[in-house]
Amino acid sequence: MDELTLDGNAAAGILQQVFAAEVTTARGTCAGCGQVDALGAVVLYSGPGLVLRCRQCDSVLVKVATDGERIWLDMRGVRTLELRPEGPA
Amino acid sequence: MLDVVPETARVKTLRLDVPDWPGHLPGQHVDVRLTAEDGYQAQRSYSIASPPDRPLELTVELIEDGEVSPYLTEELRTGDRFELRGPVGGYFVWEPSRGGPLFLVAGGSGVVPFRAMLLQLASTGADVHATLLHSSRSWEDVIYRDELTELADAEIKVVHTLTRSQPEGWDGYARRVDSEMLTEAGPPPDARPHVYVCGPTPFVETVANALVGLGHDPATVRTERFGPTGG
Repeated sequence: MDELTLDGNAAAGILQQVFAAEVTTARGTCAGCGQVDALGAVVLYSGPGLVLRCRQCDSVLVKVATDGERIWLDMRGVRTLELRPEGPA
Repeated sequence: MLDVVPETARVKTLRLDVPDWPGHLPGQHVDVRLTAEDGYQAQRSYSIASPPDRPLELTVELIEDGEVSPYLTEELRTGDRFELRGPVGGYFVWEPSRGGPLFLVAGGSGVVPFRAMLLQLASTGADVHATLLHSSRSWEDVIYRDELTELADAEIKVVHTLTRSQPEGWDGYARRVDSEMLTEAGPPPDARPHVYVCGPTPFVETVANALVGLGHDPATVRTERFGPTGG
């Protein structure tokens, strides 16, 4: 793995701006292979944006980018995201 | 910023007074954003070094050619303000209520979130056995050396390995963390420990693979890597 490889928890800050519930502990199901992982545990590649990939099959799960004002979020690699809201669901 | 405490030659702890800080959990981090006069922005993540019951503290390692750490460690003065977002992250969190045993493996400044965990564990007096295995280059580079040594007791064990140079008479580990060291220093996989690994990407990669190779369930091994652009 390359030096720019981090963990999904490095995306906590930007994703916190999008989701009402904590996302790094949310469990995502990979649309590619069905692997289920906490988003904080998956592989993160850091570049102009952040790319989260499956630990099992390396499929892209999430792409997120920002220009400081807007955020672009592509989640087509996550079949299901299981979140735990603080309050009643 | 309230004040600065030097930890090693290149590492300092900043004590901060954050208005309306909502509180945090050990293992969470903050994103620090600096904006230059021309609008250029640089953002970095820093692990929170303090337990929940103390003012927010960040421990920052100076990266010479970094964009953020030179400002935080060399230029920032008492009373100065900067922008931070947090606390963020829930995945790398450990609280005493989660129980143990707890096995923490740190490379260099990867020890920062573990200080928050261990200080909270010590102050709550929870019945949790914890082991910290800390890899540093030399004795002088060991962050929180005295503080964590004082914390060590029957429940908290601190083990050092010094990879580049060792003081005279050193009888501890003097090599990079490997499977043998993880077996000797930490709890066995059978004990189902909560394992947290934090450090530079290659360190975390090596240690996490070794732990899984020893039989630790990958789902119990949580990792936090920091990259070379850290700074």
